[in-house]
Amino acid sequence: MIKSKIFAAATMLLTSGLAFAGPDLGAAEQQPTNWPAIIMFMIFVGGTLFITKWAAKQTTSTNDFYTAGGGISGFQNGLAIAGDYMSAASFLGISAMVFMSGFDGLLYSLGFMVGWPIVLFLVAERLRNLGKFNLSDVVSFRLQEKPVRTLAAVSSLVVVAFYLIAQMVGAGQLIKLLFGLNYNLAVVIVGLLMMAYVMFGGMLATTWVQIIKAVMLLSGATFMAFMVMKGVGFSFTNMFEQSIQVFSKVHDLNLTDAAKIMGPGSLASNPIDAISLGLALMFGTAGLPHILMRFFTVKDAKEARKSVVVATGFIGYFYLLTFIIGFGAILYVSNNPQFLDVAKMAVTGKLELVGGNNMAAVHLSDAVGGDLFMGFISAVAFATILAVVAGLTLSGASAISHDLYANVFKKGQTTPESELRMSKIATLGLAIFAMVLGIIFEKQNVAFMVGLAFSVAACANFPVLVLSMFWKGLTTRGAVMGGVVGLVLAVLLIILSKAVWVDTLGISDTPVNPYNGPALFAMPLAFFCCWLFSVTDNSAQAQEERRAFDAQFVRSQTGIGISGASDH
Amino acid sequence: MDQAHVDRILQNPKFKEMVARKSRLSWTLTAIMLFVYVGFMLLVGYNKEFLLQSLSGGVTTIGIPLGLGIIVLSFVLCGVYSYIANNKLDSLNNEAIREVEAIAKEKGPNA
Repeated sequence: MIKSKIFAAATMLLTSGLAFAGPDLGAAEQQPTNWPAIIMFMIFVGGTLFITKWAAKQTTSTNDFYTAGGGISGFQNGLAIAGDYMSAASFLGISAMVFMSGFDGLLYSLGFMVGWPIVLFLVAERLRNLGKFNLSDVVSFRLQEKPVRTLAAVSSLVVVAFYLIAQMVGAGQLIKLLFGLNYNLAVVIVGLLMMAYVMFGGMLATTWVQIIKAVMLLSGATFMAFMVMKGVGFSFTNMFEQSIQVFSKVHDLNLTDAAKIMGPGSLASNPIDAISLGLALMFGTAGLPHILMRFFTVKDAKEARKSVVVATGFIGYFYLLTFIIGFGAILYVSNNPQFLDVAKMAVTGKLELVGGNNMAAVHLSDAVGGDLFMGFISAVAFATILAVVAGLTLSGASAISHDLYANVFKKGQTTPESELRMSKIATLGLAIFAMVLGIIFEKQNVAFMVGLAFSVAACANFPVLVLSMFWKGLTTRGAVMGGVVGLVLAVLLIILSKAVWVDTLGISDTPVNPYNGPALFAMPLAFFCCWLFSVTDNSAQAQEERRAFDAQFVRSQTGIGISGASDH
Repeated sequence: MDQAHVDRILQNPKFKEMVARKSRLSWTLTAIMLFVYVGFMLLVGYNKEFLLQSLSGGVTTIGIPLGLGIIVLSFVLCGVYSYIANNKLDSLNNEAIREVEAIAKEKGPNA
């Protein structure tokens, strides 16, 4: 008792001291400088910059810059997709959610998982056969270049911008926490590194950063899950039984209540929200520009197919690991005073971990592998953010230079050299944009931004993309109306929802829109508008666009006339 | 690719068969995934008690194997699609293209 009081006082002293040393940062307090983590991260940065230097020599054309010359193998691309998709938010966030409420964490990973089969069955192969660099190429294949490509570029940029800001803010908080670095410095380091990868190494360097990160993350998580399973004699039943006992003790619950972590809890208290979130995650994955862009790095549709199978395998395996890691954290972290923020617990009366509950996986790495392994996991978390932001930046740069500059503004009358120059300028611009907004949004709750990115992808990109490939009747007018309605409605509904209207903007205490997720309403309406404004379009141009579907269809199935296959 | 070439491919019986089988495969698997996932989310929303039932008497609930099973199912469905596409549909597609190209050559480049 006395010991814990002293510990509490010491912690309070420490945190108040830090509050003087730097701005108080709410959820994430700056930690003491973590040297093993920094050294391991330096090794990662050194290695990836070396790869970037090698990649820069091979990156001489727009084709190299956006697609690595189409020379990535299906297996490599699958790993890179996994590296692009498994963000720090899913590693730390989902394991933390399992740690705090068990089953609910699993619901999130399910949503992120079920989008992948849809990508494979409906999108991947056709996309590869039709496009050259990005999804705008596909939707404007037989429709009018200017309006459709502009729309696709704008909604891609909206998705990229929100995703990027969320990642930058997360990066700053996480690095402050893991490495003990200042928030602004952390954001600038992330911004500069991602700029270096993308600007000099293009898609080739980005791909290898993502592959290396995926391998590091998967091996680290595998080791943690293995140690947890070893501790419970490789029996899930043992793990669940012991976890419930520990959970009931540390949360002051009786065993019956503690056993509720084995089923759905508060996350799905509103079924409409649960379904809406599920739809956004499921179909949003098939509309994320930085993910879709990865399919142009392989030589043909068959390799694109293989990429998805490999990626789905690794991503699914990863989510199974995070589930075990979350329960492991209940077993080894929640009852270890070393990891508990006693001062904060005294105030809130709840279980609080040092550095916030998102640190569950990081503390578990300390508990099962010691200081050095924790350094490794911290470095992995940093690398994870870098890999995701590099992919996002590259896809944003393609929307600016390939879509808006080369094809809309210059109407295709540009040289590859000037398009490449423009894409590097766009990369620089995006990096500065990300750093500045990352710093501005430091104290905002940005959790809604990832949801917003997925919702816009599901409501604006997905309907137009799917209809342009599957429905002969889609015309330019339908695509533009449907896309604009999906984009505007998704953004509007989120601004009017509790997360932004009440929690972030603080305009009033009751949200205008009572639902948290827009996908259930905005996505069907976007499909409807695409249909309505297409079937009522009898212009000569619309007839021409319908006629052009046959040629597009044959190419989407056979790949005849496919471009961008490795150096030809 | 000119319109005549497109029409020839569209009318090729092997191409037609490939397209029909592929679209049946894609949409069936999509429907299975949607049905399972949306069904599961509806259970989560409206019938929590069902998911909280004990599986064979222990602390493990029915919800856990169902949830983990959907993750595994996603991968298995991808595997099924890929297996059928690689082994059945790709060869059909290649045969169709070869046939059409052979006809195009016979008739000369401007046919």
